[in-house]
Amino acid sequence: MITGHLPVIAVMTPLLGAILCVLTRSSILAWGLTLIGAAIPALSSLIILVQVLSRGMLSYHMGGWEPPWGIEFRIDAANAFVLVIVSAVGLCCAFFARKSVDEEIPQSSQPLFYTMLLLCLGGMLGVVATGDAFNLFVFLEISSLSAYVLVAMGAQRERRALTAAFNYLIIGTIGASFYVIGLGLIYMLTGTLNMADIAVRISTLGDNTALRMGFAFIMVGLSLKFAMFPLHFWLPNAYTFAPSVVTAFLAGTATKVALYAGLRVLYTMFSIGFLFQTETMLYVFLPLGLAAVFAASITAIFQDNVKRMLAYSSVAQMGYLLIGISLANIGGLMAAVLHLFNHAILKSGLFLAIGCVVYRTGSCSIAAFRGLGHQMPWTMAALVIGALGMIGMPATVGFTSKWFLVLAAIDSGWWFVALSIVAGSLLTLIYFGRIIEAAYLQPAPENSTITEAPFLLLLPVWLLMITSITFGINSELPVTLARAASQALFLDPHNGLPPQVSP
Amino acid sequence: MADIRHHIILRECVRVLIPVILLFALYVQTHGDFSPGGGFQAGVIFASGLILYGLVFGQEALLEFAPLHILARVMALGWLLYVGVGFACLAMGGNYLEYYVLNADPLAGQHLGIFLIELGVGVTVAATMVVIFICFTARQLPAPADD
Repeated sequence: MITGHLPVIAVMTPLLGAILCVLTRSSILAWGLTLIGAAIPALSSLIILVQVLSRGMLSYHMGGWEPPWGIEFRIDAANAFVLVIVSAVGLCCAFFARKSVDEEIPQSSQPLFYTMLLLCLGGMLGVVATGDAFNLFVFLEISSLSAYVLVAMGAQRERRALTAAFNYLIIGTIGASFYVIGLGLIYMLTGTLNMADIAVRISTLGDNTALRMGFAFIMVGLSLKFAMFPLHFWLPNAYTFAPSVVTAFLAGTATKVALYAGLRVLYTMFSIGFLFQTETMLYVFLPLGLAAVFAASITAIFQDNVKRMLAYSSVAQMGYLLIGISLANIGGLMAAVLHLFNHAILKSGLFLAIGCVVYRTGSCSIAAFRGLGHQMPWTMAALVIGALGMIGMPATVGFTSKWFLVLAAIDSGWWFVALSIVAGSLLTLIYFGRIIEAAYLQPAPENSTITEAPFLLLLPVWLLMITSITFGINSELPVTLARAASQALFLDPHNGLPPQVSP
Repeated sequence: MADIRHHIILRECVRVLIPVILLFALYVQTHGDFSPGGGFQAGVIFASGLILYGLVFGQEALLEFAPLHILARVMALGWLLYVGVGFACLAMGGNYLEYYVLNADPLAGQHLGIFLIELGVGVTVAATMVVIFICFTARQLPAPADD
């Protein structure tokens, strides 16, 4: 019986946990609540994924009100997959948080820190689960507002976190406002906020200027949130100055969730048949995606702060995702979903590994990495695996997604794009090469007594890295999931089956 | 604000006004389902009573009546009430926030559900408004460590 309620349980348990964290004074207790609040959604999303794959789309009616009047949680193969990704990354980060947070956040603020972490997680899961476009905005704001606070909590270590968080706040709020303005236009035209219902009404509406404006506002708003290339300037500072675990968490989830929302708008609310959208993808997303790959990767090469380097790398990865989307065919979309999975796993794994280094050395400048290959062998080995994945070496999950991306580009006859993807990977090799060179080939500074990070920190890092290798060697499962997800988005939202209304 | 003793008219007027404001807040809170109003408005009105108290008698007096760590917990409690009703509906066999199941009579259940939800909203909004007021007016906040 409870399985029917899993969508709402997955979203509401982190929010309930967040409240209990406010009420508790002990940071250990708050951490325990965070673990539970992250583990239940992870478990629920796995069950939801299995259910959706076997029995088709799941529709949950909030308060028993029928959609399109009531709010609906509508879960198909696409959001079930993203739910699993987000909640799994959330669980790993929650586990990592204990020791890292002890080091970086004052004791008295720790319960509130965990509150914000859970709120952020709950908000993101809500964005992914909901089938209502306005409800999506509310959840997006829950996760964003708590993300700003989380970034600002890095101020204990580095005061510049405050300005980074403020920039993030301003840009994020502009993005959210644009989304609402666009949604307002759509609502004016269609009179509904349920995504599936909007889709039906838009298809009978035909092209008009208000619809184009609505589409443009929504896409610009979401692009700010997922850091599309020229709108990415909030991201490097926010990632650099946030506490380690927050960086890992946001890098693995925040931009991915905003991009998922973008996919919903592109493929569920609107469709490829909408000419304005197809042109936007071709003339805006594709050039910007390519520009992101090169500009952000080249900027990353010249960074001396490793966190900032990886932040620019994140912007570049969003470029690959945009390229995949702008191909406007199912192969490209599938490659994008696969890359979303692979980047979420690898980037949070990498940022967690850097969190281990920060825990021991207190610094994330590239100079602090000298000789760490011998002093922190396990952390550095994880970092190397993550780096290989980001570059796209065979036997890592990064290879699979780039392979499908190149295939999709060649299928479309876009040789130039395919070559650019490969060239972008070489740039990735250069900046990760700098870290690896410092860690393994340069001697440690004299009198340095750095030792391996504690097991509690290494465990989540290695869990993510082993996931990457396992799915890299046997890529059948993620490929199947990504294919089902892209089919759900692209072709048939019902996955060939009638929706199961629960309970 | 030590010289509030000299402003006898202000002091006595506020003393009369505050109970009326708080009472009106409760009226708006409980009649939200029949007339315009509800939790959010009621919370703001209730908070305005407390804020008036803080403006006239000074921030120390307000903080003595409503310390920050208590306000933070009150905020969470209102929120807990809301989420709690949602989960109670789940436990009683309905969907999340499906109030019909809260009572044998569906109409009474709906009534009870919306009342509790609005109460949760009201409590949280009132506490949040007061905290925002304190944050803006305080020269230096009492450290959260006192919590």
